[in-house]
Amino acid sequence: MSDIQADIAVQGGGTGEAGFGDYVQLLKPRVMSLVVFTAMVGLLVAPVHLHPVESLAAIIFIALGGGASGALNMWWDADIDRVMRRTAKRPLPAGTIQPGEALGLGLALSGISVVMLALATNVLAGGLLAFTIFFYAVVYTIWLKRSTPQNIVIGGAAGAFPPMIGWAAATGQIGIESVLMFLLIFMWTPPHFWALALFMNDDYDKARVPMLTVTHGRRATRAHILVYTLALMPVALGAAFTTIGGPIYLAVSLVLNALFVIGAVRIWRRREDAAQADKYAVEKRFFALSLAYLFLHFMAFLVEATPWADRLAELAHWGAVTWG
Amino acid sequence: MGLTQEHDLHRRRRSRNVGLGLVLAAFIALTFGLTMVKISQGSDMQGYDHTYQLSPRHSTNPSGAEAGQ
Repeated sequence: MSDIQADIAVQGGGTGEAGFGDYVQLLKPRVMSLVVFTAMVGLLVAPVHLHPVESLAAIIFIALGGGASGALNMWWDADIDRVMRRTAKRPLPAGTIQPGEALGLGLALSGISVVMLALATNVLAGGLLAFTIFFYAVVYTIWLKRSTPQNIVIGGAAGAFPPMIGWAAATGQIGIESVLMFLLIFMWTPPHFWALALFMNDDYDKARVPMLTVTHGRRATRAHILVYTLALMPVALGAAFTTIGGPIYLAVSLVLNALFVIGAVRIWRRREDAAQADKYAVEKRFFALSLAYLFLHFMAFLVEATPWADRLAELAHWGAVTWG
Repeated sequence: MGLTQEHDLHRRRRSRNVGLGLVLAAFIALTFGLTMVKISQGSDMQGYDHTYQLSPRHSTNPSGAEAGQ
């Protein structure tokens, strides 16, 4: 191997010669996919319809704003990510992207996404996106995450804003429907993340992040999961009686909430030794269910906004009359 | 003598350049599309906030006189 090749090999090993994919990873594509989906639902179920190009632009810029806050989060949390098994391969701890690059990209994308969303749709949507980025990067990442076990409860608001931004992009307003979509994600976040924390506890412990499992123990966390799941139920069911809900949504929500409550009760009743014995199988199932819970609720909103919903309602009515 | 052997570093650099080029091209296309939509919709709309504002030529009171005068 020549000297030049040796030098190149060292550089490629982690002094900031990142590929395009590393920058994509910096924007947390998995989180972005959730942002895209919920923002799209918020936009499509709204009573006012934008031109398809405007809708596409709105969703892209909301996603870009979500990505920007992800980059800012990775910039600030690089020390934590380095310690945690789940995040150790992220671009900053891995050394492929330098902290200054992450900060620069996060700030630049924040500005571009907010201004472009305001221009493409309206100032309210742009303002909400700016507030969301601020809330996630400053309130959650910099302030709450390392200071209180309630970090994800309050920080969860950042993840709950996208459908509200989508709704605002279409209507220029904040309605009860968008508030309920916000609350659905807001109340869903704690049980979702605490279930994850139950079987990833070592990671948070090592990183000294004050998750509820670390500060108050697993028994308290299990109780909190049940309480938040019960509090989530009326929010989810209540949305059925607004303009974005309907019989299909109500049926889906009833089934999902029943399963979610059963899962939360099982977690609450579990003893720690039993959980360790089966490697947190119940907690992992609950975590997987929580993903389906949110996805199917928003899918049901989407179905209710299509003409199929009326057809299905007519069919259900016909069935009830015929056989009832 | 130039470098003839391609290294992972070159692949990363190329992927970054191509990716950035595609992102910029997509951004230009989106901005152009948005502009065309705004122009085609905007005969009676001023500003960008979807607030319907009547332009002076559509005023219901062209003389500018106050009601009741």
